[in-house]
Amino acid sequence: MSDNRFYDSPIEEVAPGNTFLDSNELVLNMGPQHPSTHGVLRVILKLDGEKVNGIECVIGYLHRGIEKVAEHRTWAQFGPFVDRLDYTAAVSNSLGYCLAVEKLLGVEVPKRAQYLRVILTELCRLASHQVWLGTHVLDIGAVTPLFYAFRDREDILNVFEKYCGARLTTHAFRIGGCRWDAYAGFAEQVLHICDDLGPKIDEYRDLITGNRIWLQRTKNVGVISAEDCIAYGITGPVLRGSGVEWDLRKKQPYSSYEDFDFDIPIGTAGDTFDRYVVRVEEMHQSIRIIRQATEGLMEGPIIAKVPKVIKPPVGEVYVSIEAPKGELGFFLVSNGSAMPYRVRVRPPSFINLQALEKMAKGSLVADVVAIIGTLDIVLGEVDR
Amino acid sequence: MPEVPDGNPPNPVPAQAATTPAAAPAAAPKPVPQPWDCELVQQLKNSYGSGIHDAATFAGQNYLVVDRAVCHDVLLYLYQQLGYTSLTDLTAVHYPKDELPFEMVWILFSMAANERVRVKARFADGESAPTVTDRWVGANWMEREVYDMFGIRFTGHPDLRRILMPDEWTGHPLRKDYDPHKQDEVWVRKNLGIESGQ
Amino acid sequence: MIQSILRYLHSDVTPGVAGNLFWVVVYVLLVFAGISVGVIFMNWFERKIMAHMQVRMGPMRVGPHGLLQPIADALKLIIKEDLMPANADKIVFWFAPVCVVMTAFCGFIVVPFGPTHAITDMNIGVLFMLGVSSLGVLGVIMAGWASNSHYPLMGSLRSGAQMVSYEIAMSMTVVSAVMMTSMATGTGTLSMIGIVQAQLQQHTWFAFSFFPVGLTALGVFSIAMVAETNRAPFDLPEAESELVAGFLTEYSGFRWSLFFLAEYAGMIAVSSIATTLWLGGWLRPFPNLLGGKNWDTAFSLVPGITFVALAALCLFYFTRMPSIRAMRADARGLAAFGGVLGVIGIVMLLPGVRVRVQDIYWFTLKVGFFMYLYIWYRTTFPRYRFDQLMKIGWKVLLPISIGVVIMTALIGVRQELLALVWR
Repeated sequence: MSDNRFYDSPIEEVAPGNTFLDSNELVLNMGPQHPSTHGVLRVILKLDGEKVNGIECVIGYLHRGIEKVAEHRTWAQFGPFVDRLDYTAAVSNSLGYCLAVEKLLGVEVPKRAQYLRVILTELCRLASHQVWLGTHVLDIGAVTPLFYAFRDREDILNVFEKYCGARLTTHAFRIGGCRWDAYAGFAEQVLHICDDLGPKIDEYRDLITGNRIWLQRTKNVGVISAEDCIAYGITGPVLRGSGVEWDLRKKQPYSSYEDFDFDIPIGTAGDTFDRYVVRVEEMHQSIRIIRQATEGLMEGPIIAKVPKVIKPPVGEVYVSIEAPKGELGFFLVSNGSAMPYRVRVRPPSFINLQALEKMAKGSLVADVVAIIGTLDIVLGEVDR
Repeated sequence: MPEVPDGNPPNPVPAQAATTPAAAPAAAPKPVPQPWDCELVQQLKNSYGSGIHDAATFAGQNYLVVDRAVCHDVLLYLYQQLGYTSLTDLTAVHYPKDELPFEMVWILFSMAANERVRVKARFADGESAPTVTDRWVGANWMEREVYDMFGIRFTGHPDLRRILMPDEWTGHPLRKDYDPHKQDEVWVRKNLGIESGQ
Repeated sequence: MIQSILRYLHSDVTPGVAGNLFWVVVYVLLVFAGISVGVIFMNWFERKIMAHMQVRMGPMRVGPHGLLQPIADALKLIIKEDLMPANADKIVFWFAPVCVVMTAFCGFIVVPFGPTHAITDMNIGVLFMLGVSSLGVLGVIMAGWASNSHYPLMGSLRSGAQMVSYEIAMSMTVVSAVMMTSMATGTGTLSMIGIVQAQLQQHTWFAFSFFPVGLTALGVFSIAMVAETNRAPFDLPEAESELVAGFLTEYSGFRWSLFFLAEYAGMIAVSSIATTLWLGGWLRPFPNLLGGKNWDTAFSLVPGITFVALAALCLFYFTRMPSIRAMRADARGLAAFGGVLGVIGIVMLLPGVRVRVQDIYWFTLKVGFFMYLYIWYRTTFPRYRFDQLMKIGWKVLLPISIGVVIMTALIGVRQELLALVWR
């Protein structure tokens, strides 16, 4: 079969220049079905004993042609497709797409809608980080924090369900604002989550951070320097873990993020442990933002006046947001018709995953799993 | 204790009545391309002259349309002299009816200046584009995806092969002449054992 | 023949020592049944305790509160298709699980559940147990080899290396405990029963003797025994999320359940060693300090009270069960289980029975404590990477255990040393 290169093709294709008998190198195939690769990711490892000499990712198992589909749907119809990119953080994707189309249209979203969007997006950032935390820690062997993280995520998903009817693929926003207003009791429920979740995040931290086994498994594992991050185009917590203070919510604020007061956690060593600390601290900061946004939620309309059939002017825009995984960008090309001419999704997971080869080379087999986890990839976004 | 949602639809807080149009912000004027002139554009025009076909701003976003012969040099210039050290995105658009149907788009970013710039260049069908992997390692997979989806080859790319589609797939899906329902029947029949279109 | 059977009942030695074949067979069957039941309970306990630590319920469906789950699992494994890879080495493939189970169970020949409640009492008891458990490594390597695939082979070699490395630290601490048996009388013993009796004589469990030497020895042994049995946090070779799925990859069905049985039996075996050597074996708490008939009676009531308390717990949960028709069978099952436990408890409170039962009870309680630790470790800790694992075995535990041996030896000859110094 075509992509069973490992089994059918001679070793030459997969590990060129290496005949199996000559060296001690073992070519090991990991995936695409595997409990720990967070989706259908196939990784081909060239091992010398335990040490990884080379690593190659084979992706495309979840390619659904979303960008092609976009050219055959109207601008509004494409909204639900966008949720399926990074399905653990669907609200974020929706925000990015809506912001891009609104920029193309020149529409200004009302303040209340912007605040609502911020609340829901930050809640979704919390949910996404909880999934990351649970699965990453599970890969390294600690089975319990997964259940704690998912239990707490239920509260957030309940909010989504009450708001828009869906837990995961929410299609929360529309072009021009929000479809539904905050329901009765929304503020109380969200503030309750903020109060509850802070100590619970500290609970996860206590279970994991000081644990010497955890420290041994994550310190100096998967180190990537700041220069390499920028050369690879890496964004998000991976970039911040390497010490670069870069967060689009602060540097290029969108949707009223400039109204809120929050910090950007930065790591120093660029290893797995620093990225873990950065993401956990980001969860605390998200709670801060949500509290400010909920308390400051003002009255007003929730959607701008947008024509029924959206026909943006001819032109292109690139708009990006700080999604939980990194910089999620939408490059939209419009030719004036009701359907997009081209939608390009700039996927943070796809671009971050390139660095796997650099980060894992020279490390041990058991670390590869940790590194894939720390990159926090979602195959829906990698493959689209 | 947050309550588990019941089956009833949420009761929305009554929004502002639609009879107060003043509440909705006035629609901003639709964006039009404006010519973009600044020091950066001046420097580029001085260096590359007619290679820079156009420099404009649309919806507040600056872009340059350059000639395909100088596009690699322009990108390098932006990187080295003007500090655009980040390659945010690299993609292509297909305009089948145009004389040069493929438009390569590079989106560069300068962290120091917090500025983005888009560089676009047109290529003919079958023509190769220059690679930027010598400067940005992260362009590797992005160029592979452009090759996979559009068929544009990149001279100097270390490992140009398909990335999202299976290796033996024929056809480049994001081209406009590729029907969205089309499959590579030979591949599907051979590897999945079914007739495509099911 | 009946006479020989009855004659044993008046003796105060183990049947092996007494040479009584009938009772040896009886004890063998009892121990085998007991360990099997223990393994089955361990399965249920592990799933329930892990679940409760993870804020969830664990098995609740199969039988009341999942009590029949292990039986369902065992049935499933028995009727599951037993595959053998085409190119596998058939004899070795068949023999590997047999070897592992045999060595795991053979160790129980010398484990004393009471002063005479052991199958036999070899005068090299501890050495025998350690030796037999080392043979288990052979089974593990055979399993990986026979699968004819390099992933299980790598996994089994890693497993084997891990087990061998930690055995050394284990054995060193065992040496220290054996040396402690000689503190009072001047002559030590390797016999398991003798070790417990030495603790009785010295009025202290070895874990608390010559603090902190005994405690360190117990600590090193408990860490090493977790690595020896391939359990978390040292379970890399059999971890699911690692690449090399371990030597168990090609085993399914009944053969896999034999490995599983051997793993838990091995856990119980090393816990028994730890209990016998450091925690006083079958001795009740404070046999000397709180001696005398009244205290004896009080402590001998504890087993019965435990069972009665468990029965009360069952009946309490029975009252909380939903009274819908579909749950009726479950509810009645729980009530019946509670009733059985209650009956056992009341029987255990009878004077004739409670004297005999209390040794077994205290031994089982202490082994159970180690089992709970095993489960607790599994729930809490992430996994060690293999190189870190080996580093701990060789660079941390081994030096500490050698230090413990030296300290014990110095303590043992302290009189002579002091005499030497003061001369």
